[in-house]
Amino acid sequence: MGNGGLIIMSNKFIGKSVKRVEDKRFITGKGRYTDDINLPGMTHAYILRSPYAHARIKSIDTSAAAAMQGVVTIMTGDEVGHYGVPCGWQVNFKNGDIMKEPPHPLLVKDKVRHVGDAVAMVVAESREIAQDAAEAIVVDYEVLPAITDASKAVEAGAPLVHDDVPNNICFDWEIGNPKAEVDEAMASAAHVTTLEFVNQRVSPNAMEPRSYIGHYDGVYDKYTLYTSTQNPHLIRLLMCAFVLGLPEHKVRVVGPDVGGGFGSKIYHYTEEALVTLAAKKTGRPVKWTETRSEAFLTDAHGRDHVTKAEMGFDGDGKIVGLRIKTFANLGAYLSTFSTAVPTYLHGTLLQGLYTTPKIHLDMTCVFTNTTAVDAYRGAGRPEATYLLERLLDLSALEMGVNPTELRLKNFIPAFDGVTQPGYQTNVALQYDSGNYHGVLHRGLEMLGYEDFRKAQKEAAASGKLLGVGFSTYIEACGIAPSAVVGSLGARAGLYEVGQVRVQPTGKVSVFTGAHSHGQGHETTFAQVVADRLGIPMEDVDIIHGDSDTVAFGMGTYGSRSLAVGGSAIMKSLDKIIEKGAKIAAHKLECSPDDIEFVDGKFTVKGTDKSLGFGDIALTAYVPHVYPANLEPGLDFSSFYDPTNFTYPFGCHIAVVEVDKETGATKVKRFIAVDDVGNVINPMIVDGQIHGGLAQGIGQALLEGVEFDGNGQIINGSYMDYAMPRADDLPMFELDRQVTPCPHNPLGVKGAGEAGCIGSTPAVVNAVIDALWSAGHQVKDIRMPLTSERVWSAMQS
Amino acid sequence: MPKITVTVNGTQRTHDVEGRLLLVHYLRDVLGLTGTHVGCDTSSCGACTIHLDGHAVKSCSMLAAQADGATITTIEGLASGDELHPLQVGFKEEHGLQCGFCTPGMIMCAADLLKRNPNPTEQEIREGLEGNICRCTGYHNIVRAVQHAAVAP
Repeated sequence: MGNGGLIIMSNKFIGKSVKRVEDKRFITGKGRYTDDINLPGMTHAYILRSPYAHARIKSIDTSAAAAMQGVVTIMTGDEVGHYGVPCGWQVNFKNGDIMKEPPHPLLVKDKVRHVGDAVAMVVAESREIAQDAAEAIVVDYEVLPAITDASKAVEAGAPLVHDDVPNNICFDWEIGNPKAEVDEAMASAAHVTTLEFVNQRVSPNAMEPRSYIGHYDGVYDKYTLYTSTQNPHLIRLLMCAFVLGLPEHKVRVVGPDVGGGFGSKIYHYTEEALVTLAAKKTGRPVKWTETRSEAFLTDAHGRDHVTKAEMGFDGDGKIVGLRIKTFANLGAYLSTFSTAVPTYLHGTLLQGLYTTPKIHLDMTCVFTNTTAVDAYRGAGRPEATYLLERLLDLSALEMGVNPTELRLKNFIPAFDGVTQPGYQTNVALQYDSGNYHGVLHRGLEMLGYEDFRKAQKEAAASGKLLGVGFSTYIEACGIAPSAVVGSLGARAGLYEVGQVRVQPTGKVSVFTGAHSHGQGHETTFAQVVADRLGIPMEDVDIIHGDSDTVAFGMGTYGSRSLAVGGSAIMKSLDKIIEKGAKIAAHKLECSPDDIEFVDGKFTVKGTDKSLGFGDIALTAYVPHVYPANLEPGLDFSSFYDPTNFTYPFGCHIAVVEVDKETGATKVKRFIAVDDVGNVINPMIVDGQIHGGLAQGIGQALLEGVEFDGNGQIINGSYMDYAMPRADDLPMFELDRQVTPCPHNPLGVKGAGEAGCIGSTPAVVNAVIDALWSAGHQVKDIRMPLTSERVWSAMQS
Repeated sequence: MPKITVTVNGTQRTHDVEGRLLLVHYLRDVLGLTGTHVGCDTSSCGACTIHLDGHAVKSCSMLAAQADGATITTIEGLASGDELHPLQVGFKEEHGLQCGFCTPGMIMCAADLLKRNPNPTEQEIREGLEGNICRCTGYHNIVRAVQHAAVAP
C-alpha cells in the first residue's frame, strides 16, 4: 500500500512505456472514424445555416429545393422545431431563482441567434446534391442587431438574444467567503495587484470534423446512431429521454474511432437527433459530416471570460485576499455542460496552490449571439489558473520580488491525504494530496533561475528580449462524485462502469464506459488488467464505444478515464479474483482464505499447490467439480463512484524571446513538472502533457475566435485561425513528481488536461517579464499575443 | 463525365467521375480508401496528403479529373506487404500519434520529406511538416518519429 493504495499482483506492465496496441490500425490507414463508415442505401444530409448572427425568420420556401432530382426529404423547424437539446447542469441565481434555460431547437423556426444556427436540413442521394438543394432554399430574414461581448450584453438596451431573458443574463452566481470579509481583507492589504483581462474564446479544433450517421431498422424497430462522440451512452440517454422520447433499449449509439475531442465532442448536438429522425422518416441511413467552416460555427467553443481580478498582499508578501468579477459568455444556447464550466469547474479552483484566506468570485453568465461555449480541454480550470498565475507573476514584478519566492511563501504545505488530512479550500473543494513546493523546486532546478537572469541581462545587451514566466497550477479532475455534483446541479451521475468478462479459455474482454479518442485506453487499461491477473497483455481486449456492447458509461472528459473508469475495472478484477479463489479453494481442498493470487496463480499459502488463472476460468465455465452455492461463469460488472475529485498539480515554466523590432515571440524553452499521481504508462502520460502544452501555448500566442460587429466569425477557417504548427513549438522538457491519489485503487489523478491548464499563463507571464526587463511596465497584453499586439505594447 | 485512369497503390483503376469531384473524395468514396482524411476545407491541415507521381500532394487541392494518368500512393499502400514503412514504425515506437486522424497525412508528408532530405535536422523536420496540423501530440513525438525513421537502416 506504500504507493497510495496501488494493489497490483505483478508489475510487468504497469509503469512501463508499453507501445500502443491501437496504433497499428491508425498508421496503416485502417482506423474507422464515423465518416469512413458507409451503409447500404445511405443518403447524405446538408444543413442550411443562418448567415446572420441575429435575425427573425419571416418565411422559408423549400419548394424549388424539394423538386430537385436526388433530393429525398427536407426538414425545417415547422416539422422538428418542437424538439430541442437540453442542458445537463442546473445552476441557480444568487437569489435562488433557477437559471434561464431557453430552448435550443433542432431547427429554428422563429429567430436565429448566431451565425450557423440551423434552419433546414436537406437529405439527398449525395452530399453534393444536398448542398445544391440547400442553396435553392429561400429564407427571408429580418436582420436584427447582434451582441457578442458578454460584458456588454448585460447593459441596458443591448439586443436580447432570447426575448424572455432580461439583460441576457442566464444567471449570476458567487462562491467563496462573504464579500464583506474579502472587501475588508483587501482594504487592509499593503499591496493590491489589479488585473483586467480577457480570457479569449478559442475553438477546440479536433482534427476530425463531427460526423453522424442515423440508421433505422424497421424490422426490429431499432435505431443506430454512429457518432464522433466522447460519451456514447450519455448521448443515448439525452437523445432518448430528453429530446426525441425514444425507448432507450431500442436505440444503439456507437462512438467508433474518434479523431480527437478536447471537450467539443462531449455534448449532445442537434445534428445527432436530426439524422436519427431523418433515418426513421426516410427509411434509409442518413450521414452528416460537417465541413471545417461549420465546425467553427457549431462545435462548442471554450473560455471567453471578461474579468477584473484583484489580489491583496500584506507587508511580508503573504496573500490576504482575492476578489474577482467575471462575465462568462455562454453563447446563444446552453450546451450540455456549459453552465458548470464558469461556476463549479472554475470558481472552485480559485484557491490555487495558495493559503489565500479570503476569496470571492462574482460571476455573471451571459447569452450572446455567438456559438455556444462549453468545456474545452481543462474547462474552467485553465481560466482559474490563468487568473491566479498572471496575478502572481505580475504581483512579483510590481513588488520587485522573485516570483518563485512569492509562490513558495504562499504555498499550502505538503500533505499526503492519508496520514495528513486533505486541504479544505475556501471555495468548496477539499484537495486530496499535494506537494506543491516539490514541483516548483524541481522546475527551478531544470531552469536554472539565476543563470537565466544572467542570460537575460546578457541578451539585453545584444538587443534581444528574453523573459521567463511561471505557472504553478492545480486542477480538479477524475470527475466526479455523483452525490457532490448532484448537489451542485448536475443532472447526471458521474460514476463509471467497468465489466471484466473472463472467457472460458482465460482470455479477457474488458468493457469500459470510458471512450478513447486518442488517450490510448486500449493499452493503458490492458496494462492494468494484465498485471492484476498475471496474464499477457495480448490476452486482454479493451472494448468501448458501443452502447449495445458496454453496459453503461459516462464517457471520457475531465481527465476521468483511468481515475474513474480504471477504478471500475479494478473493482471488477477484485470480484474476479475473489470468485476465482473460491473455485481454487474447492479444487485444492482448502479454505478460500488460504488461497493467495500471485502472478496469475491461485496458490495454497505456504505450499506449492496451485492452479493457473486459465484453469480456474475453464472450471468456471465447465463447473463439473465446483463449489456448491456458487454460480458458474467468471464475469463481473462494477460501477465506481469516486469519493472525491482528484487534484493533479504542477509547475510550468516558459522561456520566451521577443523580437524588439517586430514583437514576434518565440518559445525557446518549456519546462513542465507535473504530478498526476501514479503513472501506468509514462509514454502515454507524457504524450498527453505534450498535447496539452501545445494547446495552452496556442491560446497564449496564436489562437482566438474573433467576431466582427455583426457577429460574424472573421477567422473561421484553418487559413485564418492560427493553431500551433510543428515549427511554432520547441521540444518540451518534462519531469514528473508522484504524489499518489489517496482515494482511488490505482492512486492515479489524471493527465489529459494538465498541460493545457498550466501552460497558458506561463507563456504570457514570460512575455510580460521580457517587456518589464526592457523597461516596458505593461500589465497585460490581450491573448493571443500576436506580434502586432506585443509590438504595440512595447510602444507604450 | 470525365473518365479517368489512375494507378492507386499498384492497381490500375478506371472510373467516370463528376467534374467537380475532388481527388480526396474519389479516393475515399469511390475507391473506399478511407485512410486519407478530410480535416478542413481550405487545404490547410494536410490530413489528406498522398503521393502523386512520387510527390506529397494534398488530395483536397486537386480534382480527380486532374489526376488522370497519375500514379498514386495512399497510406494503405505505404507498407510493403506486412513490413511497415520506417515512418510507420517510427510513429508507433515514438508515440507519434494519439487520435490517429492526422497520422496518415503526417506520415505521407514525412515520407516525401525524408526522400528529399534523408537526414533532416529537427528544424528541417518541423519546417517540413509545417503544412500538416496535429492537435494531439504537440509535435514533440512526431519530430522524434521522423528522426527514428531517418536513422532506420
